[in-house]
Amino acid sequence: MTVAVIQFGGSNCDRDSVQALEEIGVEAELVWHEDGLPEDVDGVMLPGGFSYGDYLRAGAMAGRSPIMEEVKTAAEDGTPVLGVCNGAQIGCESSLTPGAFTTNESARFQCEHVYLRVENADTPWTRAYDEGEVIELPIAHGEGRYEIADDRLEELEADDRVLFTYCDADGTVTPEANPNGSKHAVAGITGDRGDHVAVMMPHPERVALADLGHTQGQGVLEGFET
Amino acid sequence: MTEFTATVTVTLKHGVLDPEAETTQQALERLGFELQDLRSADRFEIDLDADSADDAAERAEEMAERLLANPTIHDYEVTVSET
Repeated sequence: MTVAVIQFGGSNCDRDSVQALEEIGVEAELVWHEDGLPEDVDGVMLPGGFSYGDYLRAGAMAGRSPIMEEVKTAAEDGTPVLGVCNGAQIGCESSLTPGAFTTNESARFQCEHVYLRVENADTPWTRAYDEGEVIELPIAHGEGRYEIADDRLEELEADDRVLFTYCDADGTVTPEANPNGSKHAVAGITGDRGDHVAVMMPHPERVALADLGHTQGQGVLEGFET
Repeated sequence: MTEFTATVTVTLKHGVLDPEAETTQQALERLGFELQDLRSADRFEIDLDADSADDAAERAEEMAERLLANPTIHDYEVTVSET
């Protein structure tokens, strides 16, 4: 399993992602977006950052870059794809995943630790956890408020496509525990092509190195293990 | 071919929260202005050569569909004038 971590101009979690993947024994390589997707990769990670300076909308330009067509084709063929933070915005802008991540309710950039409740533990990205388990990961975004039509969100919930919701330390979803005003407190969802495609705003790769003391994010990255 | 300017105005769909507009409204109110509501929009002015105004509008609409607007949260409007 070699995971391509795609670099766009302005990506800044790319090397962290490679290091976090290697920490759990998953081979990872940086791929500059203009070079296209290597043929031998069997996983794709869209890392966080500020691709194209967040111009127009976060993820709008990168989401329409040529490599994303290749990523979509790979996703159709069953290649696991994970988008984190700016990667999540790119995932939604490219229609890999439904909905949009837009300006935080606070209208501010927020960098803080949040609690997440695992809503569906039956996906590659969450099988390391139990349903209802509370994990703590950091967020760092200005445009992370999940927005989608109400009826579409109800469909996603009915189909068990919500991975994580923002909650308090006890696992209760409250308005106070929702850092950005996301609809129904959604922090991560799976793609239209199956649960091997997923996006999330919180950063699992920032809580994945044993040397730094906490490794709770490793479970998400283990979705790349076959 | 004629030179046209197509103006694409992108607005948030009704009901979608606009935190920037709310913050702007609060700032105006702090300055003493009285207002009931405020909505923000993005405007793009696109100069292009086209056979007709309809052709220019069609191309600008495609630009809005494919990049300038996000259909999940946005509505857009296109107007065309001769440059």
